[in-house]
Amino acid sequence: MKTRNKKRNKEIAGVMWFFILLFFSLSGYITYYAATHRQELINNSYNGRQQMLIAQNTRGKILSSEGEVLAQTVEDDQGKEIRQYPYRNLFSHVVGYATNGRMGVEAQANYYLINSNAPLSQKASLDLKEEKYPGDDVYTTLNVALQQVADRALGVYQGAILVTEPSTGRILAMVSKPDFDPEQIPQIWEELIEDKDSSILLNRVTQGLYPPGSTFKIITSLEYIRENPDTYQNYSYNCSGALTRGTDRIQCYHGTVHGSVGFERSFAKSCNTSYANIGLSLDKKAFSDTLDELLFNQKLPVEFNSGISRIDVNEEMTDQDMMQVSIGQGTTSITPLLLNMITCAIANDGKLMKPYVVEEIKNSAGSSIKTFAPSAYGELMKQQEAQILKDLMKDVVEEGTASRLKGLSYTAAGKTGSAEYGTIKGESHAWFTGFAPAEEPQVCVTIIIEGAGAGGDYAVPIAKRIFDAYFEEGTP
Amino acid sequence: MEIYISEFSKYVIPLLITLYTLECFAVFRHDDEKKRNGIYTRQCILLFAFHLSCFMVICFETGDMTYLFFYAFQQIALYAFMVLYRMLYPASNRLLVNNICMLLSISFTILTRLDPAKALKQFIISAASLAAALAIPFFIHKFKFLKNLRWIYALVGIGALGIVMILGQTTYGSKLSYSIAGVTFQPSEFVKILFVLFVASALYQAAGFFEVFTTAVVAAAHVVALVISRDLGSALIFFVVYVLMVFVASRNFLYVLAGAAGGSAAAFVAYRVFTHVQVRVQAWKDPWSVIDAEGFQITQSLFAISSGGWFGLGLYKGTPRSIPFVETDFVFSAIAEELGIIFAVGLILICVSSFMMFMKIASALEDRFYQLTAFGLGVTYIFQVFLTIGGGTKFIPLTGVTLPLVSYGGSSILTTLVMFAVTEGLFIIRQEEEELLRKAERKKRKRKVKTGRPAEGENFSAVRQRKYMEDLVGDEVEDQE
Repeated sequence: MKTRNKKRNKEIAGVMWFFILLFFSLSGYITYYAATHRQELINNSYNGRQQMLIAQNTRGKILSSEGEVLAQTVEDDQGKEIRQYPYRNLFSHVVGYATNGRMGVEAQANYYLINSNAPLSQKASLDLKEEKYPGDDVYTTLNVALQQVADRALGVYQGAILVTEPSTGRILAMVSKPDFDPEQIPQIWEELIEDKDSSILLNRVTQGLYPPGSTFKIITSLEYIRENPDTYQNYSYNCSGALTRGTDRIQCYHGTVHGSVGFERSFAKSCNTSYANIGLSLDKKAFSDTLDELLFNQKLPVEFNSGISRIDVNEEMTDQDMMQVSIGQGTTSITPLLLNMITCAIANDGKLMKPYVVEEIKNSAGSSIKTFAPSAYGELMKQQEAQILKDLMKDVVEEGTASRLKGLSYTAAGKTGSAEYGTIKGESHAWFTGFAPAEEPQVCVTIIIEGAGAGGDYAVPIAKRIFDAYFEEGTP
Repeated sequence: MEIYISEFSKYVIPLLITLYTLECFAVFRHDDEKKRNGIYTRQCILLFAFHLSCFMVICFETGDMTYLFFYAFQQIALYAFMVLYRMLYPASNRLLVNNICMLLSISFTILTRLDPAKALKQFIISAASLAAALAIPFFIHKFKFLKNLRWIYALVGIGALGIVMILGQTTYGSKLSYSIAGVTFQPSEFVKILFVLFVASALYQAAGFFEVFTTAVVAAAHVVALVISRDLGSALIFFVVYVLMVFVASRNFLYVLAGAAGGSAAAFVAYRVFTHVQVRVQAWKDPWSVIDAEGFQITQSLFAISSGGWFGLGLYKGTPRSIPFVETDFVFSAIAEELGIIFAVGLILICVSSFMMFMKIASALEDRFYQLTAFGLGVTYIFQVFLTIGGGTKFIPLTGVTLPLVSYGGSSILTTLVMFAVTEGLFIIRQEEEELLRKAERKKRKRKVKTGRPAEGENFSAVRQRKYMEDLVGDEVEDQE
């Protein structure tokens, strides 16, 4: 009977299986959608469930990696909830604020902060007292001591500092100046919004877009090594202080004449004319592919908001544009975050770990609800390429522009930059990006100081203070 | 205290429905209805345990114990329906009966939570509809002339839809209903059944090009009337049901291809001509860009679905009321939010198991008219489930149809119960067909032993029936091997 019916009614069976498959995919879709979009949707301001959770739970705390409270909600005399930031301006951008919108960890981890996984017995007893449940606490990777050192080192300058662990991607410190007091946000909000030129609320580390200047020579070098894997060491160039193509003229910083330079020395001395010369030899298509691999012109693989670094290399480019791009000038812009990520990849044998700041969620009783393990993005470059770049960056410390990091209790490697901006010649942002110890990198630092001058003079000393603090205190 | 009960029920309710759903599919392991009795009994226990747990939570969350009375009435109505059905029709299919009761108890639960007044209305309509459903198999069984009424089905169907089109009041952009003596009807619901009967009666004898063409004209009239009334969901259901019924009647896959091509062309034209179609497609493609206008419903629905998690927030713990028309078009989203994704998927699977039973019954029926009817009703049911759940979850564009037996709406409840009851009637006819065959077979065997040659002209006179009977008998012997 079975076989005959199948034969007789294969149309009905076909329709039946069609609908079964349809519902199978529908169920799969619903399950997948609900499982992956929960947080994103609850953070949407049109979602009323957020208000419901806020009414039900007290917003959780944000803490440093060592448990210092960076943000907490307390009740004032009238029983009104206020959000306290004990370190005031210190963590303004990275921890952010939660009134008048949200920013920083307050925005990124909002879902956890407004949910409560408090033990049932605690909830039951709070129910009896008609009190709110405590929201879950967010533990970050931030280190208060390093943040303080970085903050003081930047001082009154505007700029940004990012300190990360290359082997994990943990963000240890993130300073952006000018800063603000997150507790005062409701009071100063009008002023901040009305003043269109003010960029106080901008997190310069993740969203500031700067010309990379000479730090870009790391990338130009990488491309040159890729195109000349066996012969790059034979490179030589005679620097006369300037290189002219048509109407465009590339000069070395302060017009220095470097004379005859090889590949290593061009990098260590940051010789602009030599790099313009290298740039002219590069294959534009291959260069453009390398830049894509290095995450230019795309959203970065991070869980927080970040800006998109822009660069334009195409087959139709003129020699003048190519010379500008090779030394990190022209229309290129980069976030300190991306430069730090590339530096970390070099320090970590070419493998990029995704930078992250939220490390663990715990409930009010201290039990872990969720941990965020380090996760790899993938290889930005081959291990051999990373090793060559590492050696180049070591030379910058040993005999180049970052010699202030030479002869210390630890070894360091890095690249300086003095990125010219605006139309006035000679005004430049001071850059440094690098890591220490040079052989087994543990910590990676990226610094930009707006309008300060040469990277070697201004940014490198700050890097030294941060490295000093890191190694004195032991591994944080 | 409440918190312990709500936390406990949070896990118990999905567990109960999961077990129930598993039993739904265990049914298909046995071909004989009698062997399934154990499964059905377990299903009844799970069903009542589920229903009771839900109303316990409702009582504790609202602090209003009078809901227990409401629960008691529901329980009595459902239990009476089950018992009476078995008494009146011992040969009925109990999976469909159990699923009806399960879906109704889900409906009562979620509607009580969303809007107690509507839940009460729903309960009264359901009780009346259940009573009607008790009578229907009897009539299906007796009225052998149903297959001769094709033009009556067509005229009544088109007439009813035409009246709505011309006179009907406008409800939210679609002209769907009219009122008689204070009761609002949505004729497109009832016409679905008439339409299936029409197509089945028109095609059961022959499904050549001529028959397909004439029925296509009538089907087109239905669809056009619905499109003009802006009831796009129903129009789509009629269209799909028609194409698939033609496919089964003609056994020609080309009709499906032709239907798909014609349907795509019509959809394209509709998209170009009707702005409300464009609006819905836009709201489906990117609801976030129009979140405070056309995309509001669907995004609120997505918020609800995503906020429940595996076990749901618990009854009264979410905010499903933020979705406009949650009781009718988005009841699935409310269920997903408060009872969880596991529960929601269980609900989908219960609907799918009902559909599979429809298809099983259709397959087994020998009479082409009955077969096409069971098939058409099954497809009508499951496609509507697909449209409402798929639409509310952004799987497909939103068409605004109800979730049968769960959504609020009298016309929808009555229609779906009639559909299930008609299929029950067909199942009973099938059981009798088999019973008759078994008897005939026994006699035949006796004859064989006595005379050594096959029986001739025993119960069935028609040659065709005689032939298939032999086929079946032959197959049953095969099965025993």
